[in-house]
Amino acid sequence: MSTNDLPRWATAVVLPVLNLLSALLVAALVIYLLGENPLESLGILVNSAVMNPEGLGYTLFYASTFIFTGLSVSIAMQAGLFNIGSEGQMYLGGLGLTTVILALDSSLPGWAIIPLAMLGSALFGAAWAWLPAYLQARRGSHIVVTTIMFNFIAASLMNFIIVTYLIPSGQQNPASRLFAETAWLPRLSGWFPILGDTPLNISFLLALLALVIYGVTVWRSSWGYQLRATGLNKHAAHYAGVSITKMIVVAMLISGALAGLASVNALMGSTHYLALNFPAGAGFIGIAIALMGRQHPVGILLSSILFGALIQGGFDLSLEKSNIPPETFIFIQGLIILFCGAMENFYAPAIAALIKRLPSRAR
Amino acid sequence: MFEDFHLASILVSTIRNAPVLIFAAMAGLFAERSGVVDLALEGKMLASAFVSASVAYVTQNPWLGIAAGVGISVVIALLQGYVSITQKGNQLVAGIAINIAVSGLSFVLAQFFFGQGGRTPDLGQARLFDIILPGTDAVANIPFIGWFYGKLIGGHTALVYLAFALVPLVHWVIYHSRFGLRLRAVGENPHAADAAGVHVERTRFLAMLCAGVLCSFSGAYLAIVQSGFFLRDMSAGNGFLALTALVFGNWRPLYTAMGCLMFGFFGALQIQMEGVELPGIGKIPGSLIQMIPYVVTVIVLAGFMAKSVAPRAIGIPFVKSR
Repeated sequence: MSTNDLPRWATAVVLPVLNLLSALLVAALVIYLLGENPLESLGILVNSAVMNPEGLGYTLFYASTFIFTGLSVSIAMQAGLFNIGSEGQMYLGGLGLTTVILALDSSLPGWAIIPLAMLGSALFGAAWAWLPAYLQARRGSHIVVTTIMFNFIAASLMNFIIVTYLIPSGQQNPASRLFAETAWLPRLSGWFPILGDTPLNISFLLALLALVIYGVTVWRSSWGYQLRATGLNKHAAHYAGVSITKMIVVAMLISGALAGLASVNALMGSTHYLALNFPAGAGFIGIAIALMGRQHPVGILLSSILFGALIQGGFDLSLEKSNIPPETFIFIQGLIILFCGAMENFYAPAIAALIKRLPSRAR
Repeated sequence: MFEDFHLASILVSTIRNAPVLIFAAMAGLFAERSGVVDLALEGKMLASAFVSASVAYVTQNPWLGIAAGVGISVVIALLQGYVSITQKGNQLVAGIAINIAVSGLSFVLAQFFFGQGGRTPDLGQARLFDIILPGTDAVANIPFIGWFYGKLIGGHTALVYLAFALVPLVHWVIYHSRFGLRLRAVGENPHAADAAGVHVERTRFLAMLCAGVLCSFSGAYLAIVQSGFFLRDMSAGNGFLALTALVFGNWRPLYTAMGCLMFGFFGALQIQMEGVELPGIGKIPGSLIQMIPYVVTVIVLAGFMAKSVAPRAIGIPFVKSR
C-alpha cells in the first residue's frame, strides 16, 4: 500500500495526526503504569505550556531552537540524507558564536556583533558537517554512523575547549564568561509586556523567516528542484545533469549551518554564556520534528511548537509528579520518531479502505 | 615483572573489552546479512543492560538477569522486525527511534524502581564470577606462562568465553548451514531467494531473533560483568562501534571479530594513556583521549583501513513481485 493512492489531505493531515496520537497513547499507557493519571498529567502540561502567557512564551522560546534543528534535519532529508549530527553541529555552532562574541563584544556595537556572531555559528556548524558530507559523497561512508560519531567527538572536543580555554580564571563552573550586554538578543517581552520574564526573543521571528526561506528555496527554485530530485532518485537526478557529490556536500553544509544557528536562540537569547552540553538534545528533537512535520514548513512549525510545549509543560509536570521526570519526554520523542517516521504508513490501508466506501462526490 | 608492563595489562583489558562489541557485532551480522539495517544495537544493548541489572539485583542471581535481558532484547528485535519487515518502514529511522526511546524509558524506569538518579543498585555478590582455570596456581610463578595462562586466557567470566566461542559458531552458521545460506540469499537477492522457495520475511524474522538474543549478552556483559550496575546511557556508542566493526570486517564473522578486538585494544589504550606523561607531548587531557574510538571509527568508515561491500539488499524492504 503506498500513500500515492490516498488524497493529499489524508497523507498531509490525517496520517500524521493519527501517528502522533498513537505515540501519545503509548506514552499515556506508560504514565498510567507509573502510577500517575495520564489525563491529569496532560492537564498540568497544557496549563503550564499554553494556557498562560508566560508559559506560552517559554514554549515559543524552545520552539525557536527546535525550528532551526528541525530545518537542519529536514533540508538534509530533502537530499535523501539522514543527518543525525545536528546535535554536534549545534554544539560547534555555539563555539563559533562564542568565539566571535568573546573577541569583539568590548569593541563593536550590537548591530554589528549580532550578525557577525550568527555568521560564526553558521560557519562552525557547517564546518562540522563538512567531513561527514565529504566522506558520504566521495567515499560512501554511511552518513548516519559518521554523524553519530561526530556527535561523540564534538562532546569530547567541546569539553576540552571549554575546560581548557574558556573558563574565566578563578572560576570552577565549566562555562565561558558572560557575554557583554551588546550581544544579547532583544526580548519580545519589551514589546509585549504580558509575556513577563520569558526569554522569548527575536530569534523566534528569525526562525519564522527561515521557515519561509526554506519553503521558497526547496519548492520554488531550480536548486530546490535539483535537491528534491537528488533525494527522490539520485540516479535519475545524476542523469539529468545534477552533480550528486556537490548536492550532498552543499545540502549538508546548509544543514550544519542551520543547526549552528540553533545555538543563537539558546546562547544569545537566554543564557548569555557558553555552557557544557548546552544543546541538551535539541538536535535529536530536530529529527522527530522533521519526521513529524514531513519536512514541510508548516509541519515543522507546528511540531516545533508541540515539542516546545512538551519541554516546558514537562518540566513543570516533573516538579509536581516525581514519577514523570523530564527524561519521559526523551521516551515520547522516540515514540514519535517511531510512529511518524518508521511507521508513517501504518494507517494508510485503513484510511484507503475508508475513503473507498465514501460516495464519490465526497472525495 | 611482566604484570607491571603496560602492554600486558592493555592486552588483558582488550580481552575484557572485546565481548561487548563481539556480541553486538555478531547480532548486527545476522540482521544485516539478512538485509535489515540494525541501527538499534545500541538500544537493545541498553535495554538488556537495564533489565539484566535490575533482575539480577532483585533476584540476586546473575543468570536470571541475563535471561531477562535476552527477553527484552528479543522483544525489541521483533518490534524492529515488525516495523522493518512487515510494515516495510524506514529501517534507519526505526533504529534511531528505538535508541532514543530506550534511552529515555530506561532512565525513567530505573528512577521509578530504585530512585537512585537513573542508576540501579550495586550488584555486589550477584555479579558473574571469574573462572579460574585448573592449574593456575601451579604455573603462577613461571614468567610469561603464569600471566598468559592465569590472566590473559584464564580468569574471565563465562560470558567472555561465550563471546569468543561464538565467532567460529557464527561463521559455521552463516557459511555452512542451510539457514545461513538462506540468510545470505535473502540479504543479497531476496527476489531470487523468493523464486527458489525461501520465505524471505520469515528468514529475516529468524535473523532478527538471533540478533536479539546475541545483542542482549553485550548489554548484560556491560551491566553484570563490567560495572556491576546499570547507568544512564551506559552503552555510550558501543552499538555503533560494533556496527563499524562489521563494516571493517566486511560483514564476515572472523574479520568482524578482529575489528572488535581492535576497538577493544584502542579502548584499553585509552584507559592506559589517561594521566601518563608522553615524551615530547606531555599529558594528553582525558577528554581528548575519549575521542580515540570515535575517531578510529570515522577513519575505518572512510575506507582507509579496509574496503568493504555491504549485503546488496541491505535496508530495502522486500516486496514480493507478482
